Amino acid sequence: MLNVNEELCIGCGICEESCPFAAIEVENGCAVIGDSCTLCGACVETCEVEALSLDIEKFAKTDISGWSGVLVYCEYREGKLAPVSTELLGVGRSLADKRGVGLSAVLIGYKTGDTAEKLIGYGADVVYRAEHEDLEFFTDEKYCAVLTGLIKEHQPEIVLAGATAIGRSFIPGVATTLNAGLTADCTQLSIREEDGALLQTRPAFGGNIMATIVCESSRPQMSTVRPKVMKELEFDITRKGEIVDTAVDATLFKNRVKVLETVIGAAADVNIQEADILVSGGRGLESAKGFELIKKLADTVAAKVSASRAVVDAGWIPYPHQVGQTGKTVAPKLYIACGISGAIQHVAGMQTTETIVAINRDKNATIFDIADYGIVGDLFEVIPKLISKIEERR
Amino acid sequence: MNIIVCVKQVPDAKDVRLDPETNTLAREGVESIMNPYDQHALEEAVRLKETHGGEVVVITMGPPQAEEMLRLAISCGADRAVLISDRAFAGADTWATSYTLERAIKTIGDFDLILCGKQAIDGDTAQVGPGLAMRLDIPYTTCVQKIRESGSGALVVERMMDDGYDVLEISLPALLSVVKDINEPRVPSLKGKMRAKKAVITTLGAADINAESECIGLPGSPTQVVNVFPPPARGGRAILTGTLDEQIDQLVDKLIPFIQPGGNQ
Repeated sequence: MLNVNEELCIGCGICEESCPFAAIEVENGCAVIGDSCTLCGACVETCEVEALSLDIEKFAKTDISGWSGVLVYCEYREGKLAPVSTELLGVGRSLADKRGVGLSAVLIGYKTGDTAEKLIGYGADVVYRAEHEDLEFFTDEKYCAVLTGLIKEHQPEIVLAGATAIGRSFIPGVATTLNAGLTADCTQLSIREEDGALLQTRPAFGGNIMATIVCESSRPQMSTVRPKVMKELEFDITRKGEIVDTAVDATLFKNRVKVLETVIGAAADVNIQEADILVSGGRGLESAKGFELIKKLADTVAAKVSASRAVVDAGWIPYPHQVGQTGKTVAPKLYIACGISGAIQHVAGMQTTETIVAINRDKNATIFDIADYGIVGDLFEVIPKLISKIEERR
Repeated sequence: MNIIVCVKQVPDAKDVRLDPETNTLAREGVESIMNPYDQHALEEAVRLKETHGGEVVVITMGPPQAEEMLRLAISCGADRAVLISDRAFAGADTWATSYTLERAIKTIGDFDLILCGKQAIDGDTAQVGPGLAMRLDIPYTTCVQKIRESGSGALVVERMMDDGYDVLEISLPALLSVVKDINEPRVPSLKGKMRAKKAVITTLGAADINAESECIGLPGSPTQVVNVFPPPARGGRAILTGTLDEQIDQLVDKLIPFIQPGGNQ
């Protein structure tokens, strides 16, 4: 509850100003808390006479003392390890070392070959491998059951997974079952000095603000982590670790979801979140045909093609290519925005890119506000020249 | 087919900014809208109802002002709406929110299908839908881009993946979260608007849904925000100068390290 001490309150109105949700009003010289209060505590900090207090009696959901170690879910699909897996082992290793605990990896799938050995080379001390033919194709139901079982058995204090289509889908199911706190899409993870809690930082409101989140009274502390943000360790073939094969009892699966077909067609190179370089097209392309030019530039610089919402809505390119608030969030090393004006919803999806290049004929386009290199000009003139000059220089 | 659609009122994110001096959200001129993904969930529910009959019930957890959004949902084809509202729900994270929605759905009654948007654009977590399905012990699938078949007892759906899509058969009752590719939401009809005006919106509080006080709101939330700050600023506005050829030469100099094998990879 947010409490107002009526004796201390001087009705100055600072809290009214500071409330992000317009939930406070000063009436008759005293702050009154309205229904839209979310208990965020912003006002408590700004009150100069300490008239506001937030008392939260946290309900301890778990005895946290028995939970130790860092566990990483390593995603494996269609015979491939998702690149985010080794990035997670990199950050997982540093968190585990800081806490003085072990790092384990969970590998779920069928016929995973030497993947488990690879995970050890990238930093895992133990790999729990759950291999079964029923696990060949991902379903939330089965993967949830297997991972939940392993977490209950090994009681890690921290669980990390990639914020991929798969991770963002089944990890919330796992967290709910375990009564664990889960923070989505983290871009920064560290350990709090005083109590060893995991500090999880993530963008919110489409990247307009950053929030740091902790799970104080429950374990495990769970995060999904954005691809391309964490650094993987260099592969070390001499690293030693243990591979533990986990028995999978398929009779426990509920089988309410069946995978009829997996379609990895042209869409395979649409995974724009894993790309190092993206060439992105917007309304300035004028028609679907404009994407041929984008594709050509993308081929020249070994990039994938992405797009703004306007051109996806216009049907020039399918939805999986869309960057932004209602599309995908990307953080490549290089993002070349061609004919994209830079609406805030688009920028929200790509502003953590390392280097941004913008080509646009409107010198006032907001995309230039965030561009590291901007060219004001007609993209139909600029891009062909750019392609030929790059080819000359190779 | 009885369908429950979970919707959320969110600030229009393009207006949301953190005041760099005070570190609080600047709320001036921020409008509230129905979360865009939820509009697609609602549209899909109404289409299914038009094919199979049944009822579409829209529910939301939020402050009393969310009633306005529920009326909009009715004008777009929902049959009725339930507002789950109580000061005690304030500060709920996704764990506590899915708990509250589960309690409310148990109060509302039977359903064949629950539809949600893929995620809300204020938090972007995509966690409440899966959490709700787990609590109700029904199967779920996220990021549905198409419902191919909707016979009795099961659905065949396409679920968007990072590398393409999966075709799944999912038995009912079930929960789906949808992406915007699934349909084009309709605009409210005049008749719908009239109906929405007259509609009675049920409000349920914590006591009405038998929610345990230690599982709701901020006290029931395992996660807690401890710090909010603006994202690191980008430089920007570095527009190249010279003739077009000179500009392109400068740009190529900058791009070469990214595209040379072993360069910046």
